Amino acid sequence: MARYVLTRLATTIPILLAISIAAFWGANEVADPTVDLTLNPRIAPEDLAEYRQHLGLGEPLIARYVGWLGNLVQGDFGTSLVQNGADVWPIVRTAVANTMVLIAVAVVLSLAVGIAIGTVSAIRRGSLVDNAATLVSFVGISTPVFWLGLMLQLFFGLYLANWLGVAPPRLPTAGLYSPGQQGFDLVDRARHLALPVIALSWQLVAVYSRYMRASLLDVMSSDHVRAARGRGLRERTVVVRHGVRNALIPVSTQAATDAGQLVGGLIVTEQVFQYPGMGRLFLDALFGGDYPVLLASVMITATAVFAVNLAADLFYGVLDPRIRRGPR
Amino acid sequence: MAPAEAVLAERPIVVVWRRFASRRLSIVALAALVIIGAAVAGADLIAPYELGQQNLDRVLAPPGSDFLLGTDTLGRDTLSQVLFGGRISLLIGVSVALIASVCGTLVGLVAGYQGGRTDAVLMRLTDTLLALPLLMVIVLLARILGDSPADVILVLSVFGWMPLARIIRAKALALREQEFVTAARSMGAGSGRIMFRHLLPNLVGEITVAVSLAVAGAILAESVLSYLGLGVSAAHTPTWGNMIGGNEGFMTVEPWLVWAPGLAIVVTVLAVNYVGDGLRDAFDVRSDGREREPYSGRSKGAMAGRRR
Repeated sequence: MARYVLTRLATTIPILLAISIAAFWGANEVADPTVDLTLNPRIAPEDLAEYRQHLGLGEPLIARYVGWLGNLVQGDFGTSLVQNGADVWPIVRTAVANTMVLIAVAVVLSLAVGIAIGTVSAIRRGSLVDNAATLVSFVGISTPVFWLGLMLQLFFGLYLANWLGVAPPRLPTAGLYSPGQQGFDLVDRARHLALPVIALSWQLVAVYSRYMRASLLDVMSSDHVRAARGRGLRERTVVVRHGVRNALIPVSTQAATDAGQLVGGLIVTEQVFQYPGMGRLFLDALFGGDYPVLLASVMITATAVFAVNLAADLFYGVLDPRIRRGPR
Repeated sequence: MAPAEAVLAERPIVVVWRRFASRRLSIVALAALVIIGAAVAGADLIAPYELGQQNLDRVLAPPGSDFLLGTDTLGRDTLSQVLFGGRISLLIGVSVALIASVCGTLVGLVAGYQGGRTDAVLMRLTDTLLALPLLMVIVLLARILGDSPADVILVLSVFGWMPLARIIRAKALALREQEFVTAARSMGAGSGRIMFRHLLPNLVGEITVAVSLAVAGAILAESVLSYLGLGVSAAHTPTWGNMIGGNEGFMTVEPWLVWAPGLAIVVTVLAVNYVGDGLRDAFDVRSDGREREPYSGRSKGAMAGRRR
């Protein structure tokens, strides 16, 4: 076990290094804060060069990369080029925390709902419920998250009040807190979280319920379930104890291995709802030319995804002893 | 019950088609796709207005008899824009799916058949790419490259081939141990011939299903990029994604500007997914919940998007 973890970590480090090189090069290509200035004819080239020197952009790319990596290893992400030289780390830390709240709520909710729907679908295979669930999940995986987010904003921000005459249930369409809100307020925070969570969960529920259905159907046709039935156990016991419990194994690992793709949904969801998490930080840094922040968000996200994947593989081994020797 | 010989004599494609056609939903989805494809391809004929034609006296008009779905801030007819925009969206979706599938098939075939070091290196690469936060990487690359359809196709294809490569490799690994491969080899067939003349025909089912689901993923991915302003530039041509992104600000004034292209995406992708699902059943491609990544469709071409 320990050996397996060590090998995995040993192979992950060169990959992360490769990502850091690619990201550093890429970030310098796309997020140069002086690019607008170079187009301005009123700025003398010498002044521009001095300014670039001041920002630390004067040296060759490789030297800057080595310096950046050295600082990164010591936990120093540098300073933002846009937000008046503020340290990158506190900015990123807040964003990571916000994103983790969003992911945690959405994933837990989606797993619960998805597993419930998938179980019912599998048990009542071919029934009206199953067909309806199938249709909904197909619609779910076919809907672009950003469009769903916009529709939710329209519905809760406009239609509820205008068309249906219902007082809006105070689900704000953007941000983290109401304007003027000071400090932490659980109710206000939860209300702001509602729509982003729905947008993100819509697709997750669709995917998880399909996994659960397929997995449970697979388990229910296996010998040990037939054996349990043969012993005269109640159907309920067979399904819950022998079926669902085993079916959860592939579903939970699949959910974990999807983590890398979850990030994609996050970028879009956070952008639509102006939710100040990693995805929006990434986009803001990308469009604002703030390459230290951009690099920090890429590196942290990539590391987190690798960590989650490793945890998923280990978790798989814990749940299913047959594959404990190096899941692959 | 037909005699056994009659069943055997049928060509596989006929069997597949009959199984596909036996499900009404698959047929409905296929018909919907044909209609959408024809409408988009024939946009010049059926669209009420020219591509990009501005009616500046009718800016932000509500849906009505002149403009069935209203107009945008430049007085462009939404319906016509959706029809013309679908061309680029579908073109990108199909191109990405084809390119990514060809690459994925090649990588999977070579890795699975050659085995050894080649296999180790190729699969290491595949797994690494799959473990990246793909949309982030795609967004970065899209920002580095330009905003023409070709750039978008390139970006999405580069990161779209991995799921199919894994599937094909697994199948090729199993197939290469079978007698017909040994027989071919003993008759002096080279690796290339075995891979393309003997293995490939056995993988048609997997590839067809993967291509169809990849189309869905690529259409969604293109819409995300265009929405973020990193896909095909609205200055060149409308696409469903950039129509939504560009009209987001007028959503409360004229919701149809966002409804119309969004519904176009949902209906098209839904139809593609249903066709893909029907093909999977028709080809009897196993989708084992236990495999790490079979045809969930969601991770195809990364996004999610249909994922996201």
